[in-house]
Amino acid sequence: MSTLKEAPGGRASSSPLMGGEVEPTIFEFSHSGRRTGTIRNSRVEQVDPKDFLPVEFLRSEKVDLPEVSERDLVAHFMRLTHRQYAVDLGSYPLGSCTMKYNPKLADAVASNANLSGVHPQTPPSGAQGWIELCVELERYLTEITGMAAATLAPAAGAQGELTGLLIMKAYHKDRGNHKTTILIPDSAHGTNPASVTLAGYKVVTVPSDERGLVDLEKLRALVNDEVAGIMLTNPNTVGLFEKDIAEIAKAIHDVDGLLYYDGANLNAIVGVARPGDMGFDIVHSNLHKTFATPHGGGGPGSGPVAVAERLTRFLPGPYPVVVDGVGSWITPEKSIGRVHSFYGNAVVYARALAFMKALGAEGLKEMSEVAVLNANYLKAKIADYYPAAYDETCMHEFVVTVAGLKKNYGVRALDVAKTLLDRGYHAPTVYFPLIVEEALMIEPTETESKATLDCLAEILIDIAIEATNEESSEALKHGPNRTPVSRVDEARAARVLVTTMDAKG
Amino acid sequence: MSSFTPHTRDEVESMLGFMGLTSIEQLYDTIPVALQLRRALDLPEALSEVEVIDELAAYGKKNRNSTTDLICFAGGGSYDHDIATVTSTLGLRGEFVTAYTPYQPEVAQGVLQAIFEFQTMISRISGLAITNASLYDGGSALVEAINLACAKTRKGKVVLSEAVNPNWRGVAATFAEGPEHEIVTAKVDRDGRTIWPKVDSNVAAYVVGYPNYLGFIEDISAVRKLASDSGALLIVAYDPIAISLLKSPGELGADIAIAEGQPLGIPLSYGGPYLGLFSVTMDLVRLLPGRLVGETVDTKNRTSYVTTLRAREQDIRREKASSNVCTNQTLMAVWAAIQMSWWGKEGFYEVGRSSLSSRVYLENRLIEEGLIDQRSSAPRFREFPVRFAKNASEVVEAMFEEGFLAGVALEGSNAISNFEGSLLIALTERRTRSQIDSYVKSLKEVAK
Repeated sequence: MSTLKEAPGGRASSSPLMGGEVEPTIFEFSHSGRRTGTIRNSRVEQVDPKDFLPVEFLRSEKVDLPEVSERDLVAHFMRLTHRQYAVDLGSYPLGSCTMKYNPKLADAVASNANLSGVHPQTPPSGAQGWIELCVELERYLTEITGMAAATLAPAAGAQGELTGLLIMKAYHKDRGNHKTTILIPDSAHGTNPASVTLAGYKVVTVPSDERGLVDLEKLRALVNDEVAGIMLTNPNTVGLFEKDIAEIAKAIHDVDGLLYYDGANLNAIVGVARPGDMGFDIVHSNLHKTFATPHGGGGPGSGPVAVAERLTRFLPGPYPVVVDGVGSWITPEKSIGRVHSFYGNAVVYARALAFMKALGAEGLKEMSEVAVLNANYLKAKIADYYPAAYDETCMHEFVVTVAGLKKNYGVRALDVAKTLLDRGYHAPTVYFPLIVEEALMIEPTETESKATLDCLAEILIDIAIEATNEESSEALKHGPNRTPVSRVDEARAARVLVTTMDAKG
Repeated sequence: MSSFTPHTRDEVESMLGFMGLTSIEQLYDTIPVALQLRRALDLPEALSEVEVIDELAAYGKKNRNSTTDLICFAGGGSYDHDIATVTSTLGLRGEFVTAYTPYQPEVAQGVLQAIFEFQTMISRISGLAITNASLYDGGSALVEAINLACAKTRKGKVVLSEAVNPNWRGVAATFAEGPEHEIVTAKVDRDGRTIWPKVDSNVAAYVVGYPNYLGFIEDISAVRKLASDSGALLIVAYDPIAISLLKSPGELGADIAIAEGQPLGIPLSYGGPYLGLFSVTMDLVRLLPGRLVGETVDTKNRTSYVTTLRAREQDIRREKASSNVCTNQTLMAVWAAIQMSWWGKEGFYEVGRSSLSSRVYLENRLIEEGLIDQRSSAPRFREFPVRFAKNASEVVEAMFEEGFLAGVALEGSNAISNFEGSLLIALTERRTRSQIDSYVKSLKEVAK
């Protein structure tokens, strides 16, 4: 289908996502009396639960878990994997999600029993390796972000946001400041305003200007003594660097506000520019984006929060330190408290540190440079058919609008996305950011080759051309057809709520 | 160019040339020069794959693990269960590991269906109709349960049993600072039972452990009545393994049931990634935090799965959302679904019965050896506190030398009223009679 000489390594169109039949649920393979799991013979006499547990608490029937053979169990879950797209299969240009390849060496690290087999209630004397590992990862993150110290504990970006905002709140309380609001650009991720509300602040929205950047004058008009701080993503969610950041920082700091950096887009600038040097006070990073730990179908993530020197005493505890070669967990002087049941998603730290060590200082910078190169190249390749929402050099991602296709031919961003699935590429992010009509947000990442991008560009252009023809544009509106299921009825799922087998009528 | 980026120098030049550029630096012209780093990162140079694995393994050697090194009698929110080979083998498949959140359901049926099956299994365990696709851990599940209860009842006070995991209580206290919820801790008596305050119409929720942090099974019906009389919700923090033998939280009247799902096939992992379990009654579904997978059909009327009731979520509701959860712990939910399927109905029961049997055996042995006087009067499942002459932290350190992780010392931030200095001991189906015998023998030497 492609006219290109080199086969695109990131295109998954040969994947045999086929068959067309529905995979039964594991419960439908179940047969009473069949079993798989064999339990260790402990050589302890097995008691009758009713002799040792109060009868009013005893269940009358065993929990109805599936009764399947191991053979059927393995086949079922393998067939599920065949109905699932993944980075390991091909390119995933999902804007704002940084779906880069996840190097396999991290799998070897994650399965090391000396790391994965440590019980979290092991006293520090038996967890020195883990503490040292945490401290080294903190050192990488603070150097990359230009901050003084970091907590690794938040389990995801959103939890990092809330942790950061609580640090902000503790700072203001400590200073005796009366603050009630937080500024957020209208292009921000939804987690930002949700986190602000949960931190007990009110959201004040800052409009973007025609450049796609924060409108500096309007921002200045919104800054007053009530402002606790601002949350920014830089580069922002349309993929542009907020070049007025120094002026923004000054305006916020003038009222003793703090700047929060949402690290969703850190992948553009590692080794090139640092949030700390831009004036940010609190910075979260997503290890599952920038530092190549896998997304796991929606998690686990990890959202460490780095802070400036004057905020280190507010960091959550337990906080790892190594003094005179001895590691321990301490609680900072004015700590906001604990944010995770234990120490955060520790195994994710080991994966991220392995990735950073493999790349090294130069490789980390090159990672960002190539991410930016790929985004600008793809943007230029498709520019004649997919106008960029903003005419400026982008960072690691860019936003195009298909408002023209919709107006003239009735083909929407959603149709372009679904058609891409049929042609061997995952879809970009659609309808985000909210400030761009019929938005496609494209983030190729640095691990996709030129051949992969050339092929993606060719397919995108084909789709734009097909949209102009009455017959082929109709087909675009009804795809995908080659995927395990065709367009799903989302409205019905909400109307007739079936979220377990037992809710089926 | 490094091996991580596929580009050759020629390709980089040709891509730049296509854009009329000569260097990558030009792509960063939009960053003011004053804000550019203009020096190399002060970090080590690149290592080969094998060197990286060696460096991380060197950290591992400074740890004491409970898989191949220590024999683990510690619980306290994390339990040393056997994990089936199929769980790790299937759970490490790249399609599960390297997928994103299932925003394009047509190519994400694998993850979506696995979550649907997970939701079904957890709803059967919790006894509540609705289970979400997971939260970060037990602590975050408690936070979300508190926020949900306060949103539902429009009240801001929560009564938390002291015998709920102290770390989770810490997490709840931290995140209560945001919305400024008032959290009151109800102390426990000498038998390890919560002393509940009187009926209070200002209370949004009562939170009880089942079994509680000390391992005891409390009178759930009493706190259910208290919650009802106060116009509050009942939040039950349960041990999923206990439900193999005990009635479900739902059957006992819980409105919200939360748990740490780690015992369901997740490695100890020094505390994470784990799996927050979160179930609610149908009445509360519109306030459910996190993702929810629902069944539907595609255009050809084939059964399909999709994330549903999306209007609750932060990316749509923004500042009006009652939760900010986006990324969760999906991969761990898939692991748990596989492990629970492997155990099956009988296997799950046997895991619970074996854990109970070993607890009974160990307690008998401790009595026989004169290490404890008598059994507690409170009913318990697989975990229980023991007070030795020495403080528990000293016992734990001494038992390290003998090759045991002896338990959790109820001291410092883990202290519970009336049990300070006690050792909290947990059993799983992984502990054998000979391990228990040698544990008792060593305890006798170090604890006297």
